[in-house]
This record gives sequence, C-alpha cells and structure tokens, in this order.
Amino acid sequence: MTQTWLVLGATSSMARAFIRAVAQDGHAVILAGRDLNDMESTATDARAHGAPLAQVHRFDARDPDTFPALIETMTEQDGVLNAAVFVGSMPEQSTIDADPSLIDGTITDSFTGPARVLQMLAPVLEARGSGTIVGVGSVAGDRGRIGNYVYGAAKAGFHTYLSGLRNRLTRTGGHVVTVKPGFVDTAMTWTVEGMFLVAAPQSVARDILRAVTKKKNVIYTPGFWRLIMTIIRLVPEPIFKKLSV
Amino acid sequence: MPSNDFWKTYTYTGWGRALSATGEIARPERQLALTTLPAAPAMGQCRSYGDAALNDGGRIVDMSRLDRVIGFDETSGVLHVEGGAQLGTLARIFAPRGWLPPVMPGTGFATVGGAIAMDVHGKNHHHAGTFGQHVIEITLVQNGEPIAITPGNSLFRATVGGLGQTGVIASAKIQMLAAKGDVMMVTERRIPGWDAFLSQLDASEATYSVGWIDATARGDNLGRGILEEGETGAGLVPAPKPSKSIPMNAPRFALSSPVVRAFNSLYYRRVPMAGRTVVKPIQEFFFPLDRLHNWNRLYGKRGFHQFQCVVPSDQSPALRDMLAAIAVSGLASPLAVLKRMGPGTGGMMSFPMEGYTLAVDFPARTEAAPLIHRLEEMTLAAKGRIYLAKDALSHADHIQAMYPERAAWAEEAAKADPDGSLQTDLIKRLNLRRLK
Ligand SMILES: Cc1cc2nc3c(=O)[nH]c(=O)nc-3n(C[C@H](O)[C@H](O)[C@H](O)COP(=O)(O)OP(=O)(O)OC[C@H]3O[C@@H](n4cnc5c(N)ncnc54)[C@H](O)[C@@H]3O)c2cc1C
Ligand SMILES: NC(=O)c1ccc[n+]([C@@H]2O[C@H](COP(=O)([O-])OP(=O)(O)OC[C@H]3O[C@@H](n4cnc5c(N)ncnc54)[C@H](OP(=O)(O)O)[C@@H]3O)[C@@H](O)[C@H]2O)c1
Repeated sequence: MTQTWLVLGATSSMARAFIRAVAQDGHAVILAGRDLNDMESTATDARAHGAPLAQVHRFDARDPDTFPALIETMTEQDGVLNAAVFVGSMPEQSTIDADPSLIDGTITDSFTGPARVLQMLAPVLEARGSGTIVGVGSVAGDRGRIGNYVYGAAKAGFHTYLSGLRNRLTRTGGHVVTVKPGFVDTAMTWTVEGMFLVAAPQSVARDILRAVTKKKNVIYTPGFWRLIMTIIRLVPEPIFKKLSV
Repeated sequence: MPSNDFWKTYTYTGWGRALSATGEIARPERQLALTTLPAAPAMGQCRSYGDAALNDGGRIVDMSRLDRVIGFDETSGVLHVEGGAQLGTLARIFAPRGWLPPVMPGTGFATVGGAIAMDVHGKNHHHAGTFGQHVIEITLVQNGEPIAITPGNSLFRATVGGLGQTGVIASAKIQMLAAKGDVMMVTERRIPGWDAFLSQLDASEATYSVGWIDATARGDNLGRGILEEGETGAGLVPAPKPSKSIPMNAPRFALSSPVVRAFNSLYYRRVPMAGRTVVKPIQEFFFPLDRLHNWNRLYGKRGFHQFQCVVPSDQSPALRDMLAAIAVSGLASPLAVLKRMGPGTGGMMSFPMEGYTLAVDFPARTEAAPLIHRLEEMTLAAKGRIYLAKDALSHADHIQAMYPERAAWAEEAAKADPDGSLQTDLIKRLNLRRLK
C-alpha cells in the first residue's frame, strides 16, 4: 500500500537524510518547514531518489495558522499516513539566561507546536487504522543539566507527550517511535564545542527507519547512548546537582 | 545569522594524507547560507591527493551538504545538481533509468564541484572528453552573489579545470549520457609487456577502457598488466557487495616492496591467460576502490603520494622509462594505471592532452620525493603535464611551463577574485595565480 510521510522541520539535515531514505523506499513525502526555497530542492531530490510524490508546505511551529493545511493535504493522500517531527531549536542556555522570554519560543519549537500538529493528525490516523509517528526528542530531555535545561525541558515534555500518544494510537493500529539522538553532525551542533562520538545524519535516519519497521517504542541513536543515559539518570540528585556534565 | 556561527577550527588532510591544513571551516546546509559566507575556497570530498583542497591558516567551505538533485529532464537527460553531489550517488540513482554521469573518475566520492574544478577525466576520455565538456551551465557564487555562466565565455573556460579560483560552484547543469542500463560487461585481458599494452590500448574500440600496470615488473615483464574494457548493459547482477572500512593506520610493512610484488603477481594471474568477460555492477567497474572506505589508511601515518602525468602520443618511450625507474625503486604500490587520452579538454587549466597517462601511488617515505621529482623532470622533457589533482611536490616553474594557458587563466581568476581569497595551498605553493 502507498505510504506518505509528513516531515515537520524538513530543512534539518537529519530530516533530509530521512527523506532520502524513505524516498528510496518508494514513499511519498510532504515537506513542512519555513524555508520554502530550500525545501523545493529537497523535494526535487526526493523525487530523483524515488519518491512518487514530494510536496512542500509552509509550516511555522509558532504560527498555528499554518497547521490546518498540513492536515488537509495529508487527508487527501491514499494509503498509510505517517509523520516525522524533526523540529527543534536550541538557543544557548546563556542567551536564555539573559532573556528568559526566549523560553516560550524554545518550548513551542521543540514541543507544543509540533504536538499540536500531531494532535490534529491523530484522528486521521485513527480513522485509517494505521500509521506511524516518529518524534525526534533528545538525550537532553532525559535529565535537566546546567548547560541546556530549557531545551532539555522542552524535549522532556515532548517525550512524555509522545508516550501518551503512543498509548492512544496503539489502540487503533497506529504506532509512535520516540527517537533520542545523542550528538549528531548537523547545523545545530557544527560550532558547539565539546562534542564527541558525533553520528552522521544518515546513520540516524537508518536507525529511525529500522525502529519504524521493528515497531520499537523508544530508541537512542547511536544505541550506546542508552547506556550513557541510564548511568546519568542513576546518579543520585544530591550528587548530580553538583556536576556539570 | 552572523557569519561567526558558521566557522569552526579544524584539521584536515588531502586524500594522500601526506599534507594537512588547520584552519576555519564552514559547512553550509542550504544555498542561502552559502551566499552569506565571505569568500573562501570550496572543498568537495577532499579526494584530491595533495593540497588542492587545503587552506592552511585560512578558511575553507565544505560543500558536502549541498548535494541535492534540483532538476532532471527525463527526455533530454539534463541534470541540475548542487555542487556537493557525489558522482557515485548520481550514477546509482540514474543508471537504472538509463542515464550516467558523462564522465566518471576512479572514485564515486568525487563531487560535481570537484569534477568541474579539476575537469576530471574517466575511462572514456578518448571518446567523451572531460567532465567539463558536458557541463552546460554553472552557477558560481562570487562574494555572495550567484551568477550563471555558460560555455563560450572566458569565465566558463577559467572555471572548468579552474581549481576553484573563480568562485564556489553552487550548482551545475550537466548533460547526462544515455546508458543501456546499470551493469557493465567487462572484458579483462592479460597484457604481457609495454609495447603490447600500447598497441592494445590504441586498438581498443571499447567505450570504456583502462589499464592496470604491475609497476613492480621489470625486464621482459616491464609494463605488463591487465587491460579492462567495458560497455554498459542491462540485466541482473549480484547486488554490489557491502562496503568495508579500514579502521586505522596500517603498519609500515603492509605495503613493503616484497608484499607489493607478491600481490601484483597474484593480481596479474587472477585473469586467465585467455582473458575473460564478466558482468559487474556499474560501481565495481568505475569505482573499484570505493568499497574499501578509508583505504588511504593502508599507507600508514605518513600517507602517500600519487604521481600522475600525461605525455603526447609520440612521447610514449618517456613513459616506459618512467616505469623502468619506478620498477627499480622498489617504491611502487599495487596502484598503477595506464590510460589512453583523447584531445578533449574543457578549460584553460585542464590536465588532459592527446596521448597516454600514467598514475602510480608511492608511500610517502623519504625516498619517494626524489623519485617523484625525477618523474616530474622526465614529464617536462617529454612535453607532458602533471595532474594537479594528484600533486603535492612539484616545482612551481615546472608546472607553469606545463600549462600554456595559465597566465590567461590567472587574469580571469584575478577578475573573479581580486583579493585572492580563493587561493588554496596548491595555488600558493605553485604560485599559479601569478599574473603574466
Ligand atoms: C581513488 C581515486 C581515483 C581517482 N581517479 C581519477 C580519475 O580517474 N580521473 C580524474 O580526473 N581524477 C581522478 N581522481 C581525482 C579526483 O577525481 C579529483 O581530485 C576530484 O577533484 C575530487 O573531487 P572532490 O569533490 O573530492 O574535490 P576536492 O578534492 O575536495 O577539491 C578539488 C578541487 O576542486 C575545488 N572544488 C571542490 N568543490 C568545489 C566547488 N563546489 N566549487 C568550486 N571549487 C570546488 C577545490 O577547491 C579544489 O581545488 C581520483 C581520486 C581518487 C581518490
Ligand atoms: N544535532 C544534534 O546533536 C541533536 C541531538 C539531539 C536531538 N536533536 C534534535 O534533532 C532535530 C533536528 O535537528 P538538527 O540537529 O538537524 O538541527 P537543525 O538543522 O537546527 O534542525 C532544526 C529544525 O527545526 C526547524 N525549526 C526550528 N524552529 C522552527 C519553527 N518555529 N517552525 C518550523 N520549523 C522550525 C528548523 O527549520 P529552519 O530551517 O526553518 O530553521 C530545522 O528544520 C531537532 O529536534 C533537534 O532538537 C539534535
């Protein structure tokens, strides 16, 4: 059966690697984001890689007026409907410290904006009795740390949201995969210092697709981050609060 | 976004790993970001062996993320593609639909930008000419301004083979080549020695041809090797084998002279005396080494050099003399390639000329530099040329003498880049932008 992927945040290089991979599998893609010119290039590329259909739509997580058109377009597609969320923003913690009003936008980009779209899409998936949602969170959402706890809080909220949505969609044959990447080699991290074991976007995309096929619930990518985060979560708070990891 | 957010300090090497650079690097993920960067030379996949894509102490723009197909016309085969797209990827996605990149170098990792800037040649040079000859439009970014250029004007001829000195190639339109399908019919024949090799190369009518030479063979065996001829075809072949990776630097003995001699001898005998015809996936014929990721680590920490020259047809004895000098040096590696070249070139600084080209790898041991310098002098005496995509050691005056249109090219480059921001280590080492 034909499959269509709605990709929120289609300009991210992680999203681009994912789009290529699903295009190669012969799936249709609906690209959603702010930079229409850039997404047009990605859409043409997706068609060249095998996508039977690739469309571009304006989507701004901070502008809910852009949401309904996405749902409408998805509803028009035949077959199985899927969605993958790559949207997120990570202002430096020190920038947020200087201007706390940035918190709202950070939470909107990484959590509430995409969550609203998914919330509108959920009934459509339920009606079809199928479909997978991929939500890209972050290891940063597993525990609040001095270096990026606003971004981390947004991701933690998104994780919890995805877990609830999974609980809901399972009942009608749908599925939700929560993806927690470690460090990935993208624009977001290009100039960030202290990165290690940085993964290529292509390998993250591969991990995501494998998780979709195998109906995994929560994955870490690369996989060793599960171990690292287990250890980090196990550190007792009295000690953790003094660390700067 | 302020441009500061784009740069970070990084150490990187040419493919031979003998030369390296440390400097600021930016990696734009979209065209808009490319146009906001201050002028700096571009880097593709750094498959040039020496310092062509290095800028020590300066800035470099990594094009690897601008790699999308942005237009394709199924009827004419005209492909519009971003500068960082890799030729191997293009071959993989378009061959099943009957189109191939018109010219493919020996590695599929080479990008469209790198293929234009070096005006690369492939196994079909004697028929198809260079990559640049199939480019019908280039979008260059000069100081943040995109401009489209087409064949016929001098900026175009200065850009093709122009070592990135006229601006960053953001995208290009390429006339793809109609192909019968995505498999290759390959005929392999043992060639016992030098004279036979040249006559077989001359006699070959195949669309694609390439010679592998046993650069350790001496005496009567000098110049022996295997001639491979290929045609595209349709059909079923086993899927390409998954790639492997060399995880770390190899120890020194891995490519020592006895090991290489033994390997070459086996490799030569691999093909039966009577020859054979095999069917291969396209990438195994065009990019035999790509399956082994990071194979450049086989040469150990010190890295290696490739020497590649071309000499005019009537100077072939000079090549045989080079091969003899290489064979007695004990420095040769298994990688030695002999090809016939046609007259086709696309730009003022293009490497090819009608004749024969020889490419040999040498581990970067102390003895390698004097040998390579000797080969360089022999090339000059034979009115030949050294390929700048491979060069790490040549003398400025030799190279300048080998490229007759260099001064005219330098003038075009000066117009395009008046303050010399696009100069790379290769350009500075060989003083290629010197006016007059
Ligand atoms: C195994 C192997 C086999 C090879 N076989 C062949 C062969 O058969 N024939 C042949 O001709 N070559 C061959 N080469 C050489 C290779 O094709 C060239 O060095 C090619 O330029 C590499 O492409 P790249 O994208 O890695 O460019 P780089 O090496 O990164 O850069 C090469 C030059 O192009 C410039 N450049 C790169 N991208 C851009 C851009 N977007 N805009 C402007 N300038 C740019 C750089 O500044 C530099 O001057 C081979 C190399 C290897 C490793
Ligand atoms: N890189 C890492 O190490 C890492 C680690 C863990 C998790 N992640 C997560 O992975 C996802 C992809 O990030 P990335 O690394 O590829 O970085 P990125 O390139 O910065 O991607 C972020 C994406 O979010 C989009 N976006 C931000 N705010 C938006 C808004 N208001 N409306 C619409 N789109 C908006 C961006 O679109 P524009 O192009 O329009 O800005 C971009 O497509 C993010 O959720 C990120 O948090 C990344």
